[in-house]
Amino acid sequence: MRIDQNFTEELIARAKRKGANAVDVVAVEGDSASVQVRLSAVDKLSKAQEKRLGLRVYFGGRSAGGSTSDFSPPAVDELVATTCALAEAIVEDPDSGLPESASLAAERPDLDLYDSSAVSMDQMIDRATRAERAALEVDPRLKNSEGAEFGSFAGRMVFANSHRFYGEFQSSNFSCSVSPIAIENGLMQRDYWYSVGRKVSQLNAPEAIGREAGHRTVRRLGARKVATCRVPIVFDPEMAGSFLGNLCSAVNGYAIYKGASYLIGRLGEKIAADNITIVDDGRISGGLGSKPFDGEGLPTRKTMVVERGILKSYLLDTYAGRKLRLSSTGNASRSVGEASSAGATNFYLAPGSATPDQIIGSVKRGLYVTELIGFGINLVTGDYSRGAVGFWIENGELAYPVEEITIAGNLKDMWLGVETVGNDLVFRGRVASPTVKIAEMTVGGD
Amino acid sequence: MENEKGAKKEYLEEFGITSREVQAVMGKVKVRDVDYADLYFEHTVAESVSMEESLVKRASKSISQGVGVRATAGEKTGYAYSDEISVRQLEQAADTARYIARSPAGEGQVPAISVGRPSRDLYPVGQPATEVATKEKVSLLQKIDALARAYDPRIKNVMASFSTEYKMVMVANSQGELVGDLQPLSRLQITCIAEEKGQRQMGSYGGGGRAEFGFFFEEGRWEHYTQEAARQAILNLSAGDAPAGPMTVVLGAGWPGILLHEAIGHGLEADFNRKKTSAFSDRVGQRVASELCTIVDDGTLPFRRGSLNVDDEGTPTSRTVLIEGGILRGYITDKLNARLMGIPLTGNGRRESFQCIPMPRMTNTFMLPGQSDPHDIIRSVKHGLYAVSFGGGQVDITNGKFVFSTSEAYLIEDGKVTRPVKGATLIGSGPEILKKVSLVGNDMRLDEGIGTCGKDGQSVPVGVGLPTIKVDEITVGGTQVA
Repeated sequence: MRIDQNFTEELIARAKRKGANAVDVVAVEGDSASVQVRLSAVDKLSKAQEKRLGLRVYFGGRSAGGSTSDFSPPAVDELVATTCALAEAIVEDPDSGLPESASLAAERPDLDLYDSSAVSMDQMIDRATRAERAALEVDPRLKNSEGAEFGSFAGRMVFANSHRFYGEFQSSNFSCSVSPIAIENGLMQRDYWYSVGRKVSQLNAPEAIGREAGHRTVRRLGARKVATCRVPIVFDPEMAGSFLGNLCSAVNGYAIYKGASYLIGRLGEKIAADNITIVDDGRISGGLGSKPFDGEGLPTRKTMVVERGILKSYLLDTYAGRKLRLSSTGNASRSVGEASSAGATNFYLAPGSATPDQIIGSVKRGLYVTELIGFGINLVTGDYSRGAVGFWIENGELAYPVEEITIAGNLKDMWLGVETVGNDLVFRGRVASPTVKIAEMTVGGD
Repeated sequence: MENEKGAKKEYLEEFGITSREVQAVMGKVKVRDVDYADLYFEHTVAESVSMEESLVKRASKSISQGVGVRATAGEKTGYAYSDEISVRQLEQAADTARYIARSPAGEGQVPAISVGRPSRDLYPVGQPATEVATKEKVSLLQKIDALARAYDPRIKNVMASFSTEYKMVMVANSQGELVGDLQPLSRLQITCIAEEKGQRQMGSYGGGGRAEFGFFFEEGRWEHYTQEAARQAILNLSAGDAPAGPMTVVLGAGWPGILLHEAIGHGLEADFNRKKTSAFSDRVGQRVASELCTIVDDGTLPFRRGSLNVDDEGTPTSRTVLIEGGILRGYITDKLNARLMGIPLTGNGRRESFQCIPMPRMTNTFMLPGQSDPHDIIRSVKHGLYAVSFGGGQVDITNGKFVFSTSEAYLIEDGKVTRPVKGATLIGSGPEILKKVSLVGNDMRLDEGIGTCGKDGQSVPVGVGLPTIKVDEITVGGTQVA
């Protein structure tokens, strides 16, 4: 059964016959495939076709959601019946409901999100094998591997609601990653590198991914702890992206209205250093977070979240907007069958002018962070404490690798304390940042 | 009736397939160079109801079903899955799965399917929580809200959710075995936000297991979870900065067992050890912990979140001794890795859903109790940290470095627990940290049943447990430099 406008209209009509006064439908379907190669031999192959249908019904302010992977008429009947029954058990919430009909997306811009080129299993195996081989050739100490992976996904997303909105778009995703292992003196280190894109042609060459993975892994050999101290911290772009991701969670409208963010009530105030400008842009051509309309059918757009240090906007869908007496920013994100939530599209820190070398060169004694582990972030207070891996900076140069240390501070102070933003912004995911230098944090070690 | 869980015919009927069809598909997968093949059928009903701002305003119910087809040849695994359970889809998946063997298509010889049943039922459930009226869940969440707010006027928001699933699985393999299981799982999670003089803090608590809805009303459980979440939020309002640097740390009983899960559990999963990518590779028989430490993984504890009658490859779960008196005894395995390594099958082959390839995963991982009185353990510390509750943790299995983050911790000064400190990440090295365990309490406790473990993008429910223990030195990642 193909999900099209007739199907969604019929489904919405059925829910309305059960008494729902508003309804929306989300459906996704797609094909995915992945291969994993380890030490030049195929380790795993996986292939799938998936589909899922979600329904959300509103009886006045009472709403509920349901979903199924079975599209047969009896299963769809059951979906309608169960979801409507669920809504009746729920409490009235005056802020719930669909967005205003007039605000729904009128156009469906083509954002170049879909690549129809099929990559065969054999081609996928070839790319993963080349990437891993290139990684292991970087240095003789790279003697083992967790493997290399190539994955692809191509699918279609459909959204419709009882305001007669119907929209659909196709998207695809390709990725290649390698995780080699270096061994020296009986001790092992692992790192990885990857490339991801909407189109196969946007991926870096397997050899380039492999060389970077090999380089990143071998440079970790001989890592040691450092003494507990307070020093400047430089985040490489990947880890700066993780740090930016924390801010992205803190500006989420849901965290804000629930009182679960350290940024509540701060709109229009200075929350970061003057060199910080953060943007969410759902319409970047080919962007990994781009979509023509959001999970409620509203147009996606470009939102200035932070401008020269001033908090300009939260990320909102209709519901969080109503709770905060603000308008949706077109950031509704949907899981099939679930209520809308707010989420970033392409969320990035605008680049500065310093090169990464200049940034590292400006540090007399400090830490360059290339990996963070753990979940030690309290968004309510902004308290931040994570395990870190990286390099000790001595007189402006990377002196030696370090591990088994922590870095700690508070997100509020960290963002106000950003001294330099690098010029090296590259979109490698939906959240992207250039290199960032923070004035001072606590390093926990020996 | 419903509890005739092994009654295979019923499973086949539930999935709308006959044993003959299963055998025929198996024949298509298990071609010449395939060592082993299996089919994993799953039907899951999941329901979630949540509350915030005193309104139970969100609910959703989902049904997912599908089948995964796997073939292994040597170290290779081919996998395909479909959310349609039909012979046509199964045959198509079979073509993909056996692709790894590169054998020509044909009819492999497979034995007739013989239907087995789990030898025990660790979680007999009369009425699964998914079938309890939603109104009852709404009413529970409303009571939680009232109780939390009554705890202290500084509690400003309460977020609570009840999630439950009922999973029916059936695994058939190329050795002719077929087994089914019904797996209930419920969880109640509560987060309170406290506010005082413009300062806010949060506290979280919860619990659950493979049990009926009534579980949450027994022994004052929901009340306990609620009060703990509220208490922690209020307590953290007065928490000071946490120290930074190496310290003696006393871990409280129960959930702090997450230490074992991160520090050694993952490193003892057989896949990493077969590939020799774990910091514990080739170390069976060696000392990796102090002699006070005996650690097991046990999937057979009744009603526990991490327990299973059979794992997701149909193997009965078991109790596996990982570390005995400080000596590394063995790994936890799934079929592929047990076969390739020539070591015992422990019933730890788990997967998140039919969309996933099984891997060796933990079930309930805990340390056996020791001799010490927990109070004496605290009294033995001149200056240190007493950590009783944690958020998540993570490990790099290759270099062995792991972290876990406190959510309730206190300073110990001159043998006494003094003031609370803010959350901090603790970091250490898996193969070293347990050698520094110098006291083990007699108060071993399992966690309340909220743990979820992530590996390779797959999440599975797990349990942990720990007596109070003293770790002589671990790096504490606070902000205060001594």
